[in-house]
Amino acid sequence: MAQITIKGVAKSFGAFKALHSIDLCIADQEFMVLLGASGCGKTTLLRIIAGLETPTEGEVWIGDRRVDHLPPRSRGIAMVFQNYAVFPHLTVFENIAFGLRMKKLPQSEITNRVQRAAELMHIEQLLRRYSGQLSGGQRQRVAVARALAMEPDVILMDEPLSNLDALLRLEMRAELKGVLAGSKTTTIYVTHDQVEAMSLADRISVMSGGRIVQADSPVEVYRNPAARFVGSFIGNPPMNFLPAKSVGSGQWQVAGMTFAGPDTAGSAIEFAIRPEDLAVAAGGFAAVTRVVEPLGAHTLVTAEVGGKPFRAVLDSDIAVRPGDALSLLPKPDRIRWFDPDTTLAIQGNSQ
Amino acid sequence: MSTAVTDAPKIVSDVTRAGKLLYWSGVVLLCVWVLLPIYLLLINALSSPTEVQAFPKAAVPPFDLGSLRFFLGYAGVAQALLNSIIVAVLTMVLSILIGAPAGYALSRFNFRGKGAFRLLVLMTRAFPLPLLALPIAVVYIRIGLDDTRIGLALVHTTLALPFAVLITFSIFSGVPAELEEAAWTLGCNRLQAFWKVVLPLVLPGITASAIFAFTISWNEVFASAVLTVQNRTLTAFLLQTLNLSPLYLRYAGGAALVVPALMFIFAVRKYLFAMWGIANR
Repeated sequence: MAQITIKGVAKSFGAFKALHSIDLCIADQEFMVLLGASGCGKTTLLRIIAGLETPTEGEVWIGDRRVDHLPPRSRGIAMVFQNYAVFPHLTVFENIAFGLRMKKLPQSEITNRVQRAAELMHIEQLLRRYSGQLSGGQRQRVAVARALAMEPDVILMDEPLSNLDALLRLEMRAELKGVLAGSKTTTIYVTHDQVEAMSLADRISVMSGGRIVQADSPVEVYRNPAARFVGSFIGNPPMNFLPAKSVGSGQWQVAGMTFAGPDTAGSAIEFAIRPEDLAVAAGGFAAVTRVVEPLGAHTLVTAEVGGKPFRAVLDSDIAVRPGDALSLLPKPDRIRWFDPDTTLAIQGNSQ
Repeated sequence: MSTAVTDAPKIVSDVTRAGKLLYWSGVVLLCVWVLLPIYLLLINALSSPTEVQAFPKAAVPPFDLGSLRFFLGYAGVAQALLNSIIVAVLTMVLSILIGAPAGYALSRFNFRGKGAFRLLVLMTRAFPLPLLALPIAVVYIRIGLDDTRIGLALVHTTLALPFAVLITFSIFSGVPAELEEAAWTLGCNRLQAFWKVVLPLVLPGITASAIFAFTISWNEVFASAVLTVQNRTLTAFLLQTLNLSPLYLRYAGGAALVVPALMFIFAVRKYLFAMWGIANR
């Protein structure tokens, strides 16, 4: 059992507050992705869990042990670094065996485990090489194999794919998912790539400004962003936002249309809709097309609604040209509402 | 019209040609400046005692070892040579033992006054040794360190230490902190991670830094001449006796000093460039 509990963890670097009192619970065998733009504190949080960084406040529990006072070696973790951190003076075999030798395992056990980890990552034929003789992708495989060979309770990954080229990243992503699901370890994975996060995670923790804004399943984070930030950060293109004015009894006026929305006291809230939840149909928003980008599978249209930029992902067989007037109808069950002051989602849609 | 013509920009090839001429004459001048004395030194050291006085010199040294043999058999040379080696080795060991931890700290930790420390380390070289020699000599006589090899080695260590700190700093900085952190997560404590991961990677650089410290001590003459009487190093010994000795002996002595130093510096040149931040890896 290796669930991870983070209680009120905060970290300051001098006057700069990198993390504001983080609370997070990660279940045993869960694949948790920490997602955020650079500087949001996701790597700091990972390094605190690893023991490479000391929290200013708070507690870190792995399983039923409090670990925040323990050095990295006593935490039952393994880590994969962004720059691979493959030891250049050791062969691939010795790299993978490094942690096992530190545990003083018998040689036969070491050979077995190295062999198994190498097979899992398809690098059996590279065991005698040095890291200088490997490509970036191969080094990354060695780094993952080294972590897997430790058979740790928790694997921590710090942007492990960010230094690989796009095609290799895609391939490694699928492979990592398979391997880690098979290993049944709890995994925390840091990335700034939302596609990587969506495809790998059981749950995503979206971070911003040293806080966790939302921690939920990928679909939930995508469908029901807890805050405006999540909607504007996740999704390519991101959510559209339009101001909404109250016309009384839960009815809201948005760019010339009226929707049934939440029954809140405020007079102005924000209407949000994902670009792919729009269809060209009569009775929708009056939009003026500005840019048309055919993307093959569908066409991305950047239009203007009520003087605001508004994006729609449309069927690729719809013929639109810049300057055309469009009527964009949102799917009623996909409309979300946000409070412009707190930026949080407003629950209790009447939909 | 005529002003317009004189004002016209020069043809680019003309400018580059002038620049090239300046560049190459600079290169030649510096090479002659450095290489000519070494050439004269070598050619005379490798000539027989009688040939040393002759002029013009042969382009290729006659490889007569008469002068060198005489020099090595000269009374006191063997002892001075041994002293030089002992003091240089002591300097080498001391400056690495003290300098490498400082270099490691500079490259791995952030602490208040780090920048000032790096500057101050170099500032120790700003005080001319003659200024310090007298107080040092007085203190040494009081505490009984005068005329000892270890006493001289201590002074040489202070001279070599700034370089040891800065060279090892750049060498440790060349080892990514992630490698050490990876070792920690794989079961090492700080000392084990250093021993198993950092040390193997920095060993060549540390060796180079040690050789450089050795060379500094080997070449140093002022402190050696002031602080030692009986236990003279080769430099101090030569300084003392050269005025009284025949020309061929001076050349042989000079060569015996310069050639090892040159070879050492040549061997570690890559790391000396690293010290000043010139990319080499």
